[in-house]
Amino acid sequence: MAESRMQKPPKGYSVRTLPGFAIVAIFTLITLYAPIAILVMFSFNAGTSMAIWEGFSLRWYQQAVANEAVQDAAMRSLFLALVAASVATVAATMAAMATTRTRHFPGKTMIYALINQPLMVPEIVTAVALLIVFAAIKVWTGHTSMIYLIVAHTAFCVPFAYLPIRARLETMDLSLETAAQDLYASRWLTFRRVTLPLMWPGIVAGLMLAFVISLDDVVITEFVKSAGQETLPTYMLGQLRRVVTPEVNAISTVILLAGAILVSLFFRLTSKRG
Amino acid sequence: MSEQAAYRPGELEAEAQAADNRSRWMLALPAVVIITLAAAGPLMVMVVYSFLTPGDYGNVVWKFSLEGWMNTLVQRDIFDDTLIWADAHLSIFWRSFSLSLITTVLTLIFGVPTAWFIATQPPGKREFWLFLITVPFWTNLLVRTIAIQELLRSEGVINLVLLKLGIIDAPIQMMFTNFAIGFGMTYVYLPLMVLPVYAAVDKLDFRLVEAAHDLYAGRWTAFRRVILPLIKPGIIAGSILVFIPSLGAYVTPRVLGGGKNLMFGNLIELQFGQGRNWPLGAALSLMLMAAVMIALMWYVRVTSREQSDG
Repeated sequence: MAESRMQKPPKGYSVRTLPGFAIVAIFTLITLYAPIAILVMFSFNAGTSMAIWEGFSLRWYQQAVANEAVQDAAMRSLFLALVAASVATVAATMAAMATTRTRHFPGKTMIYALINQPLMVPEIVTAVALLIVFAAIKVWTGHTSMIYLIVAHTAFCVPFAYLPIRARLETMDLSLETAAQDLYASRWLTFRRVTLPLMWPGIVAGLMLAFVISLDDVVITEFVKSAGQETLPTYMLGQLRRVVTPEVNAISTVILLAGAILVSLFFRLTSKRG
Repeated sequence: MSEQAAYRPGELEAEAQAADNRSRWMLALPAVVIITLAAAGPLMVMVVYSFLTPGDYGNVVWKFSLEGWMNTLVQRDIFDDTLIWADAHLSIFWRSFSLSLITTVLTLIFGVPTAWFIATQPPGKREFWLFLITVPFWTNLLVRTIAIQELLRSEGVINLVLLKLGIIDAPIQMMFTNFAIGFGMTYVYLPLMVLPVYAAVDKLDFRLVEAAHDLYAGRWTAFRRVILPLIKPGIIAGSILVFIPSLGAYVTPRVLGGGKNLMFGNLIELQFGQGRNWPLGAALSLMLMAAVMIALMWYVRVTSREQSDG
């Protein structure tokens, strides 16, 4: 390198800079966003190409909105994510209260391992295991409603909802609840007026994370859904086998936007201290 | 004698403790039930299915058989019924392993400098850069894979630019190759490397690096002998976080690899589709799970050794 050993370090010499690292980092960040930027750009293309710009137009958005299969899949995705994320968040909140702020109790490790189990197993493995079980139940009962998707989504949403809620609970000040009970508040009143408001940001963050995770899921949905139960991601996966038009880009852009907004909100909620 | 004397010492406390345990279990019950029903339980059922006989049109016949497990590695020759290695499976295992390893190395090459760059920014700016890394991580994996697909297509942007510049005469076939899968997985899993390495660099005591420079270490020596050992836990965590989902990847190889370049996850799917061999699919799934568990155990061992060394 330029600095020979005996020379005085030049001005601005910092042990924090490593040669070439900044260039690689900038290159990486650009590469991370370029494909998404191109995808979004061509969703506004007037032509059918996804590489040649032929002018600005909203035709692919109009086409996607007018497409009944897309409407149907979008509504199903939203309904599923809303139900699964809500149920998962309630269950995760209760589980987080059970497993934090206590010494070790019998079964605590087991509960903890079970809640995190969906994170440890590859999604495709859970997906085929669910296919096996649900196929048997579907044959046995003849019942093929959305309930299978709701149950499956709720299960894998639980660990994602659990993480921020647990993190919030662990940093919470116990003395406030003790004070409430010293002032003769019942356990329920303490929970409702002190504990719940304090852990609320964690709960909302957990709900949003679970919502995004459910909305984005493709693997488990693909294996669990019955005929005619496409969600937006499985619909898009199916479309990829055919001739792809920028309609897919338009749907992708909307999903990206929704995800980015939710994640930004999540960041704001979890980064605020106190 | 007072009434309290009727209790043995510690008895009340033990009873209160038991009541607390019971109420904690009740609280955790909904989460435990949901996950047992729709995640952990079905895995147990799958163990049973791996020992059954495949049905003619998919599903299973309830008759014990080891064929499912045997078929993961060997197959019967259709002519003389001898057992031969299932070459197709072995090559898929090898592709999964090697592509996951390549993905891990590539995310290291690009991820470590990125994490370093972010962690050495002034404190106020770090959160912004970190946010830039995290947003793609939480955005839809399928959408990010589609973005890569559109880049790599024969009529995609990369080929178009190369043609325009006169570097190539005909489009390069990039889609449906191992390259496409490796490229795509590196792209989608990169944030998983950056975040833990960032956490490690963030904790790094730069006085130690200064000490190395004071002792006449060049930048490269300081990096290799001082920085790298100190951020090693982050690098190991990042590598595991990238390697494990790569090994079990399904969407990315399906979209970018096509029907010829299968990975482990796609081989599993095949058994539940055209393959019509559910026991084999179940056995393959359990193999994949075992591989993931081994990787996790290796990680736990390495990190606990690191901690006891430190």
